[in-house]
Amino acid sequence: MTVNITPDPNKQSARQIKWLEPFALLFPTGFWLISFLLIPTIFIFIQSLVPSGKTEFSLENYFKVIDYVGGNFIYLIVVWRSVLYALITTGFCLLFGFPVAYWLAVIIPKQWRNILLLLFVLPLWTSSLLRSYAWITILRPTGVLNSFLNLIGLSGINVLNKAEGVIIGMVYTYLPYMVLVLYTSLERLDLRLLEAAADLGANSRQTFWQITVPQVSSGIIAGTALVSISSFSDYINPQLLGGPGSRTIASIIELQFLGAGNNRGFGSAISMVLILAVTVVIALLVKYGDRRVVSDG
Amino acid sequence: MASQIKVPPIKRWQTWYTVIAFFYMYLPIAVLTIFSFNKSPSPSQWTGFTWEWYSKFLQNPILRASLQNSLSVSLVAVSVSAVLGTLTAVGLARYYFPGKSLYRGATYLPLIVPDIAIAVATLVFFVAIKLPLSLGTIMIAHIVFCLAYVTVVVSSRLASIDPKLEEAALDLGATPLQAFLRVLLPQLLPGIVSGCLLAFILSMDDFVIAYFTAGVGSTTLPIAIFSSLRNGGVTPELNALSVLLIIASASIAAIAEIVRSWGHHQ
Repeated sequence: MTVNITPDPNKQSARQIKWLEPFALLFPTGFWLISFLLIPTIFIFIQSLVPSGKTEFSLENYFKVIDYVGGNFIYLIVVWRSVLYALITTGFCLLFGFPVAYWLAVIIPKQWRNILLLLFVLPLWTSSLLRSYAWITILRPTGVLNSFLNLIGLSGINVLNKAEGVIIGMVYTYLPYMVLVLYTSLERLDLRLLEAAADLGANSRQTFWQITVPQVSSGIIAGTALVSISSFSDYINPQLLGGPGSRTIASIIELQFLGAGNNRGFGSAISMVLILAVTVVIALLVKYGDRRVVSDG
Repeated sequence: MASQIKVPPIKRWQTWYTVIAFFYMYLPIAVLTIFSFNKSPSPSQWTGFTWEWYSKFLQNPILRASLQNSLSVSLVAVSVSAVLGTLTAVGLARYYFPGKSLYRGATYLPLIVPDIAIAVATLVFFVAIKLPLSLGTIMIAHIVFCLAYVTVVVSSRLASIDPKLEEAALDLGATPLQAFLRVLLPQLLPGIVSGCLLAFILSMDDFVIAYFTAGVGSTTLPIAIFSSLRNGGVTPELNALSVLLIIASASIAAIAEIVRSWGHHQ
């Protein structure tokens, strides 16, 4: 049995370049990402396995993380501090961000939503270096905050070059991310369910915990993941607003490559730990959270 | 029983809470702006209005050279990313192939992997292949994340486009190239423009990756700002520069957002 259909000339040419077209579209980016992202990651993995001054592979660089020097786990304490800062920052962002996102997504009239959301997250698009810098002018001993406190008769406080300063800067940096992610989730909140709950006699607290939160749990998880990853690996805020006692994991990495530490194998090992931690969080997010948030950037 | 939804916004505690949150978001920027016009170089007291600091940093040769470096890095990175990112978004929307989700995942990676890890990996790689660090190496590293950004924004634009228009053009005798250039591309343009604008801001503002991949004499603006912060701390000149950069970034981001939503409402 033969089917004899005159082939459409366009379709014919489309078939000839069947493999060529997707190749031409997708190869350049693939090449770039493999060359300058994946292969470099393999390079630091290999470098992390070579202890400084040696040529054979070992896990020495990874064990260096638990070095115990002068009565202190000098590196582990930094890792722990980074985790702590990330947790505190995420907690505050959630606490401050949720009511704002709720107000933007649910309470205000629809025509105002986009413009006000844009206004709120606009600082996100300005340089994080400059935003941290702006906080220095506020927080430093002779800065705006202390001038104000003195004016109203209070004694000045000093939070710059301390953990408090770093946390203030981090919350400021990552709050818009949290609001953005929660907004995307709250926008789809089914308001009829809230009304139904109220009609059936639930008070606002019950409605919130039993109706609102479960509906936006995927957004909460995604926002938490995003903010904790970013603040965990933040370099700028600890560097500018913190002191020697509030250095985090990113500072240790920088020190091994560009600073006094000068141990690239060890720096690579910590970077691998960082990448691994991020991968775990992303894997959890993909499994339990809202994937759209990741793909929306 | 009155539903809680119908309480007017002004009477809700969230409204006042949000007002405070807005205040928090804009306070540092406002303070910076005010003190950039302060006559006294000391940031603790106001002694009068001046434009002096704005003209002063424009005369600063180091800052001007680094601004030029930043602009050339960003323009090259964004131009390359615009082409590659658009091609990738179209390819991802159009074809199914084994390993597609892996490929898509890889394009998102630069947005998720921390800056510092990308910076370190790129540096180690460049050193290993003995590529001397320069403006070129910063461009290579910036293309990685700009590419990801353009791809994501154009992909989301593509998802809202009717593929039948391009099919109709093909049926009416257009070659695939004609259909792409004259039917698909104009529809994608808002996505491409807004993706490029956002990538441009990210590239101009990037400090960490540039810091690791810059060579001698390839100081970008954020690197210059960081080192002058380390050496001299807060100066009114730096305040003036920061205000200009913040205004520039915010305006470009706002334009990008307007272009994008204009595209969606078309």
